[in-house]
Formats: sequence, structure tokens, C-alpha cells
Amino acid sequence: MMIERLSQLYGAKGWLAIAIFLALVCVLMPVLYLAVPEDSPFHVSAWLITLLGKIMCYALLALAMDLVWGYAGILSLGHGLFFALGGYALGMYLMRMIGRESESGSDLPDFMVFLDWKELPWYWAGTDQFWYCALLIVLAPGLLALVFGYFAFRSRIKGVYFSIITQALTFAAMLLFFRNDTGFGGNNGFTDFKRILGFSLADPATKATLFIASGVALILALLLCRYIVTSKLGRVLTAIRDTESRVRFCGYNPLPYKLFAWTLSAMLCGIAGALYVPQVGIINPSEMSPANSIEIAIWTAVGGRGTLVGPIIGAALVNGAKSWFTVAFPEYWLYFLGLLFILVTLFLPQGMMGLAQRLRSKRNTHES
Amino acid sequence: MKAELTTSGIDGIDGNEITGLAHVAMPGTLDLSHGTVLYLDAITVSFDGFRALNELSLTVDAGELRCIIGPNGAGKTTLMDVITGKTRPDSGTAYFGQTLDLTRLNEHEIARTGIGRKFQKPTVFEHHTVFENLELAIKVDKGIWASLFWRLGAEQKDRIAATLDLIGLSALAGREAGTLSHGQKQWLEIGMLLAQEPKLLLLDEPVAGMTDAERERTAELFTSLAGEHSLIVVEHDMEFVTSIARKVTVLHEGRVLAEGAMEHVQNNEQVIEVYLGR
Amino acid sequence: MKHLCRYCIATLFAVWLGNAHALDATALQNLAMGDNDARITAIETLVAAGDVAALPVLQALQDGALQATPTGRLLIVTEAGVTDAVTNQPLAHAPEDASRITINNRVRRALEAALAAFKLFSSDSAKRLEAAQQLAEGDPVLLPLVKKALASERNPTVHNALELAHSGMELKSDDPQQRLAAVQTLGNSAQEATKNRLLVLLEKDGAGQFAEPDAKVRAAAEKAIAAIEQRLKVAEYAGHVFTGISLGSILLLAALGLAIVYGLMGVINMAHGELLMIGAYATYVVQNLFKTYLPQHLDLYLIAAVPVAFGVAALVGMALERGVIRHLYGRPLETLLATWGISLILIQLMRTMFGAQNVEVANPSWMTGGVTVLGSLVLPYNRIVIIVFAMLVLCLVWLALTHTRLGLHVRAVTQNRSMADCMGIPTGRTDMLAFGLGAGVAGLGGCAMSQIGNVGPELGQGYIVDSFMVVVLGGVGQIAGTVYAALGLGVMNKFLEPYWGAVLAKIMLLVFIILFIQKRPQGLFAAKGRTVEG
Repeated sequence: MMIERLSQLYGAKGWLAIAIFLALVCVLMPVLYLAVPEDSPFHVSAWLITLLGKIMCYALLALAMDLVWGYAGILSLGHGLFFALGGYALGMYLMRMIGRESESGSDLPDFMVFLDWKELPWYWAGTDQFWYCALLIVLAPGLLALVFGYFAFRSRIKGVYFSIITQALTFAAMLLFFRNDTGFGGNNGFTDFKRILGFSLADPATKATLFIASGVALILALLLCRYIVTSKLGRVLTAIRDTESRVRFCGYNPLPYKLFAWTLSAMLCGIAGALYVPQVGIINPSEMSPANSIEIAIWTAVGGRGTLVGPIIGAALVNGAKSWFTVAFPEYWLYFLGLLFILVTLFLPQGMMGLAQRLRSKRNTHES
Repeated sequence: MKAELTTSGIDGIDGNEITGLAHVAMPGTLDLSHGTVLYLDAITVSFDGFRALNELSLTVDAGELRCIIGPNGAGKTTLMDVITGKTRPDSGTAYFGQTLDLTRLNEHEIARTGIGRKFQKPTVFEHHTVFENLELAIKVDKGIWASLFWRLGAEQKDRIAATLDLIGLSALAGREAGTLSHGQKQWLEIGMLLAQEPKLLLLDEPVAGMTDAERERTAELFTSLAGEHSLIVVEHDMEFVTSIARKVTVLHEGRVLAEGAMEHVQNNEQVIEVYLGR
Repeated sequence: MKHLCRYCIATLFAVWLGNAHALDATALQNLAMGDNDARITAIETLVAAGDVAALPVLQALQDGALQATPTGRLLIVTEAGVTDAVTNQPLAHAPEDASRITINNRVRRALEAALAAFKLFSSDSAKRLEAAQQLAEGDPVLLPLVKKALASERNPTVHNALELAHSGMELKSDDPQQRLAAVQTLGNSAQEATKNRLLVLLEKDGAGQFAEPDAKVRAAAEKAIAAIEQRLKVAEYAGHVFTGISLGSILLLAALGLAIVYGLMGVINMAHGELLMIGAYATYVVQNLFKTYLPQHLDLYLIAAVPVAFGVAALVGMALERGVIRHLYGRPLETLLATWGISLILIQLMRTMFGAQNVEVANPSWMTGGVTVLGSLVLPYNRIVIIVFAMLVLCLVWLALTHTRLGLHVRAVTQNRSMADCMGIPTGRTDMLAFGLGAGVAGLGGCAMSQIGNVGPELGQGYIVDSFMVVVLGGVGQIAGTVYAALGLGVMNKFLEPYWGAVLAKIMLLVFIILFIQKRPQGLFAAKGRTVEG
């Protein structure tokens, strides 16, 4: 029965698209990167692999955003915080794995040596175990989201109120992580990672593996979200988004529903962050800046809210444009991004997916 | 007693469920052994000094069809808000059956115990189909895990089909509810209410925007529901009220002005003064 | 020239004190002929006599303008001419046998202390205060001079400082009675330095002997220290309250416009911070225009900048409302995103126009410096001006909302938009003007901020979270709530900072706000009412 339900998540075309995507990410790109010689025109550079891996992490982030914003109507301006927490959780493991290869040659991470700390703070205990950090990746953002969400939803904070409080939350966290005394490297965060699970991060095979992992995580998350939004739970979520009071009078308690979507979304962000950090090689508090979080919303809006696939496309488009702009016309990037915010909200409320649908239905009416 | 209720009212504002549940019977254990379905005593609600409800007391018998009339601002909607847990009274007691203290329950808990409410303006889930609207309403476990793994069974399908039939929307089951006409939305909302299988139905202006034929059908439906269910109907349409009412309560300035059979109320001097007009 | 001035002043002192010819002859003789030790004694004698007539002589000695003949005659030789140091009579030329008196560093130090002491008689009260404060650690030799100054001092602040200096010197007296009196006087101080000086009395040396042998004096010192600590604490608290109110006024200026716009239209304007920034840059531009075209009136630039900042920000705000926000009414989340886009564009625009670096906006001279209260607490003028300015803006906004036609319309639209529309109120125009008012107030806020902080493209970003918190805490559309929330957050912030540090204090406040809205989801001052269900 479960298999049947899963197979119904997408139609034949949908599954085909997913299969093609997976083939590209898991087979073609790694082969072009690892096996094809560098002078061949078909060779894929490490730069491109890293960029695409990064973008897939962003896409996962946008997907998580869509689950809460598109379906439950909760616009979070703090998703960058959950992303960063996941990144920091894995970053702690990566820092421990540097070991004595660090500049200071000490067992402690360099920044602690510079602070003249003699031993690891208590909350670093166990971070040399990968499984423990893997748990932290989802638990840290998940627990924070659960506690924060419980208080916020319980007092029925919603709409823009909720949004700006999440913004304050990520802002506060950023200030906290900027402090050296917090024990997460202050301004500089974590960097200079050497290896993960014994494999060197500089090794192309490791890079390809992380790339594949990002793609697979993205697809799994997509299927999970799709399962949720096509279940009755998903319909209750959209009902809460549209008319919360009616949902209450139908006998549903909106609190656990919202909390579920919100917490799950935060956990997905954590996973995205954890995949992002080893590929990019750095995590610092600026990932928590309010500007970063609000950018996630625009990826989602560009692609089309409440479609799951749309935000993935949106994240790819906007970030593709960003990496092109910041090289070609760095001073115009903010103009472009700003205009994107304005134009999409004014003229494309349903995003690219909505536009595509409108064009399709127009063609259909013309044909009939 | 009063003081204790007031504090619980304040706690209740932020939805403190634990204290509520600790003191009342679990949903579904409605006790109608004394023949009273709703018992309100000395309910007062004030907003910034304005008393929307002023020491209001009201008793509704099980199986009764009660109409509530009154001029605008008499407190009809606030009364419904109090019964459904949307507004906490500043003081007073409100019991559903013998055991369920409504002032200690949240909206969804009250809904689960068997009180259904239809709003003045029809509120349905506009982005869901008519079928999905009913699916969301039918009486099943409404917890989150049950929803996640929910599969529509044959029994529920039949129930939804029967309800669709009753409200005359079978042909439109796949339509998005937002595209329905005003009257159709009214029917859908009534259908959702019935799908919840409530013991007590609160209906706020149910026939607004309906055609004469639809009104008649509604009147028929309500009369047939009474007995098995209890109904409280708030209506301005006196003709409709006359056609269904056995007992009428007139509200004015947050308290009960008169109560009794339609003819009795219609001849009450005060009622004529403030509401019916000479 | 400089020298000449100095002599004139010195001479004026002499005339003012009216006894120009009573200098100690032996001392002068020693100054002219003696060795360095004799000169130091001579200087001390002159100072002890407390006669201001000695000032020109000592000044000349320091400047190397004092010459002596072998017979001991003293002459002051400057470019302006030659005078007899004792009689003050001008001479045609210096005697041929006169030679310059050279001094070594030891003499120079004694001379400097003496000259500083003579500043006690300056006509400038600030200089007198400075001298008195310097003398708090002074040599008891200068005591007679201080006594003399104390007798003639009329300015209460300087008098106070002199008393402290006097007591400080008397602490070194051999007479326990005098020391006791000195300790008691010092107990009236509110300064850390005085406290430390008294603490020294209670210290034990290596042999277990107190620095102050007399037990009574020690007890008095303990009491005095407690009194000073008490005063220091009061000053500290007052300081927190003041900086808190100052921060609160800035938050108020930042949040007031936001509250108007949010209360009226339910619009979260993420570009509000950038309107602050525009106000600050407008101030910068006005300052530069003054520098170029009206340098003689540079001090007045701020007064001209206030209306300019208001106008520019209001125009930008109205343009935004007409161009973008108007099309998004009823979609608050989209408005939030669109206005964020606007803010990005405005930031980049400022970078393009003025550069990414901070620009320099200087306080006008009348806003520099500060006033000292409670002994040790300095209240800077620019902060005082901003507090007053914020209150003024608040009053004007209140008047605009309660006593003008626009205010009437704004309130009507806030309460019931569709009803207001039906009554013939031009809601579109009202929205635009109200948005303009909110933006203009933000511009005023930016103008004020330019006086205390950096002006750069990111100025607005730093305030946006804070000002939203003020609005959330204060409640929707409630000017009073905004005021209380802004001042409350400002003061709380400053009280938490010393214990938690700036960052943790801020985090504590955010946590507090999140917990607060658990109890009062609608903010401090929320209008309750029957909820209209849609």
C-alpha cells in the first residue's frame, strides 16, 4: 500500500524527470568531472561541480521554505539560521577532524588556541563522532524550531508579525555567533577543513560524492514533501493557510500541524546546511544575516510558491544569475536582485510555475 | 467560584490546554441525561468597557430548535463566540451538557465534543474542492499523525456522497470551492457542519443570499435535524424564523429581552419597541 | 604676539588684585642669583605668598625672558621691550651686564606647578576649574594659594573643586584634626579619584601600620568612601537612564514612521531603514553645500538639514507608495518582500552615488562638548539635542494626527478603510500622504542619527530589526505604545549592557519580546474588540 501511495506522488512524466535528474547528478556529471581528461571540451571543472552542488543545497533550502510558506502560509525570514545551524553542526565535526594538522598544531581548533582556551567547552563533547554530529544537524535546528514555533504558534502569532520575529531570531543568533566567547569561532567561523570520514576534502572523488549526496538529498526531500502535501495533512495545512478559524471549528488543532511543517522545514534546512559546508569549505555567522534568509523567500517566489518543484527551479535560476552577475557586473547585482523582488511580487505572484501554467491553459483554450 | 473562572479565562487566552483537559471529561463524553444541551449563566463579555454580553443566561434543551433574534450589536455573534470558545467570558459559566465546561476548552476541543458553527459570511476552504472540504470536515481522528497516514475508506466515501446529495452539490464535487456561488457556499458550509456529526449546531444567518426555494429546503432540513440534534439559529429574516421556530429568544444590549413561542414574543411590548417595530 | 597677550593678561591680574609691588624681595634675590635649590625655594615662597604679581615674573622665567644683573636686578626682556620685573616700569634698554637666567628640569617642574596654581586666578572659569582639579594631587606648598583662591571664588563648581583640592592637600597635614576635616570634606565628592585617594589612607604598609595613623580619621575615611560610592552609584544609574533615554529617542525616531505606516496600512515597510539612511545622506549633502557656499554659517547647516531630510525622505516614500506598495495592499507578505527589494536598490544606489565608505558628518560646534552633572556624569550636548528633537517630532506627529484634516482621514482609514472610502475620504491620497509623513519622520530620524553615528549605505540595516521590535512591542497603530516601547527598550538595553555585554543584552531583549507577546500577542497597547471573521 505504501509503495502504491509513493508511486502516485508523481505522474509518469514527473518520475521520468526525476530519473533524468538523478542520472545527470549521480552518473553523468561525476563521470564528466572525474573520468574525462581536463583538456577535453566535455570535462566538467571542480568549480562547476562545487557551484552546482551549492545550488542544489540552496534548492533544498527553497524547498523547505516552500513547505512552510507555500503550503502553511508561514513566511519565515529566519530559515538562514536553521541552514547555518546544520552547517555549524557538521562544521564542528570537520573542525575536530583537522586534528593536529592545524596551524597551531594543537588538538583544539585553532580559534580556541588563539582564545587561550585549554579544553573544549562542554557543548563540543562528542563532536568528533560523525553519527553524533549527523544527529545534531537535524536536532539542533529542529529543536530550536520546535521551541520557538511552539511559543509563537501557541500565542497565534502569524502573518508579518511572525515573519519579523523570525527575522529578529536569526539576527540575535548572528550576534551571538559573532562573539568569540560563544565558542564557534566568532567572526571567522569554521574553515580550513581537511577531511570527512577519513576522506580528504580536496580529493575529487570526495567532491563528487558530496555533489551526488546533495542531489539525492534534494530528490528525497522533494518526495517527502510531496508525500506530505498530497496527504490529508497537506490539505489541512493549506486549509490553515486559507482560513485558520474554520479549521479550528472543524475540530483540528492547528498548533501541531503548523509545528510539524515548521520543524520539518527547519530540519531540511539543517541538512542543506550540512551538505553545503564541506563543499564550500567555510561557515561563518554572516550566513545568519537577515538578508540571506529573505533571499530564500525570493528564490521560492520566483519559482512559484506551493509547487515544490518551482522553488527548486527558482533557487537554481536566481543563484545561477547571481554567480554570473557577481563576476560580470558585481555592482549591478543588488539592483537586479532588488528589481527581482519587486517585479516578481507585482507581476508574477505565482512565479515561473504559475506563468507556465497560464501559458499552457492559454494555448489549450486557443486550440479548443 | 467567580474568581476562579476569571483566572482560568485569562489562562485560556493563550490556549493553555493542559489545565483545561485536566478538569473536564474527554471529548465524546457528552452527558445529556438532564435534557439540557446548553447551559449559560451570567455570562459577561466586555471590550474596552463596552459590555457585549451583560450577565446573559440561556438554556437550550436537547433536541430543541432555538431561534435567536435581536438588533445589530445585541451580542448574537459574541454569544456564538463564547459558546465555540473563540471569546473567553470575563465571568459566568457555560456548560455543554452536564459536564463540559466550555470556558475551559479551546475552539477545536469544543468542536470535537460536538458543537458545529456556521459563520455569518460563508467560510469554506476556497482552494480545496467541494469533496475535499467535506473530507476535511467528516468526523474522524483529527490528530496530526492520523492525517498524515489518512486513507479514505468506503464508509467515509459513502458519508461524503450522502452529504453531497443532501446539499445538492454532487455534480460539483470536483469544483474548487472558491468558484461556487454564495448560496452554494452556504450549502457547502452546512454540509461540512453535518459531516462533523455535531450534537449542537450554531447557525449564523444561514439563509442569507439564498433563493426562496433554497430557503424552503433549508427550513425543511433544519426541522428534520431537530430532535436528533439541537440547533441554535441566528437570523434576521423573520419570515424564515416564523417558519421554523418553536421557541425564540430576543437579545438586546447583551441580555435576554424576551423568550418564548413566536406569537408570545411578537406581542411583547419591549420587543416591538427595540426590534420588530410598530 | 602670543607672548605679548600672556603678559597683558598677567598684568591685568596684577591690576585686578591691586598689590603689584609687594613681592618678597629675598625670594626675588634668590631667583636672580641663587643656585637651583635656592630658586626652587624662591618659587615656593612666591607661590606660598599667593601674590599674583609674581605671575609675570614666573612666566618670564619659564619662557626664558627673565634676565638678571649681577646686582640682582630682575628684568623681563621681550620683543616688545624691557621692563623691570619688580617695579613693572618700562626701561629704554636692558643693562649691558644683564644675562638670561637658565634653569634646569627640576626648577622647570616646580615652575610649572606654580604656574598651574596661578591659573586659579584666571578670569575663565573653565581654566580655574581645570587648575583646581589638577591641584587635587598638588603639593601642600601650594596650600596658601588655594586658600586665597577659595576665599575669592564665586563659581560654585570651581569652589567645590577647590575645596576638594584644599582637603586633598590638608590630608598631608601633620595635625590629625586638620586631616579629619579634610576627610570629611572629601566625602562630599562624587569622583572615583577622590575615593581612591581616601582608600590609600586605609592601606597597611609592610609593617602592618596604616597609612593613616589616627583611628578616628580612618573611621571618617571609611564613612566618606561609602558616601562617595553611594554618589557614584547614583551617577552611574543616572547615566544608564540618560543613555537609555537617548537610545530610546533614537529608536523612537526610527520606529515612529514605521508605526504610522504599519498602523495605517498593515504594511511592513522593509525599506524603512533606508529612508533613515536617505535622511542622513540628505544631512550630509546639506552640510557639504554649506561648506562650499556658506562656510561662515557652517554651524547652522543642521537647522537647514532638518526640513531637507524630511522633504527628501517624504518624497521618496510617496514615490514608493504610488509606484509599488499601492499595488500590493491586502498582501502583506508580498509587500514585505517588495519593500525589501526596494531597500536593496536604495542601498546600492547610495553606494553608487556616495561610495561604499562611510561619509563624514560633523556636529556643529554648538553640539560638541557636554554638561557635567552629579560630579562625574557627562551628558553630551548632541545626545541632549536629540532627545529634545525626538520629543519635538513626537509632538508634531501627534498634532498632525489629531489636529489636521490629514490626521482625521488617516484615523478614519485606519479604523475602517471601506467605510472611509464610502464616506468620500480619498483613501488613495490619504495612503500616499500618510506614507509620506511616515517616511519624512524617518528622514528626520536619519538626520538625528547622522549626529551620533556613522553615515553609510548600511545605516538603515542596523536599525531595522530594532525598530520592528519597538513596533511589535508597542502594538499596532498605537503612537503611545511606540513611545513607551522605544524608551523602555532603550533604558532596559542600557541597564542590561553593563552586566551582560552589548550583544547578550540585545539577545536578552529579543527573548524578552518573544516571551512578552506570549502574554500579549497584540503588543502593549492593543485595541480589543469583537473580531470580524472573514
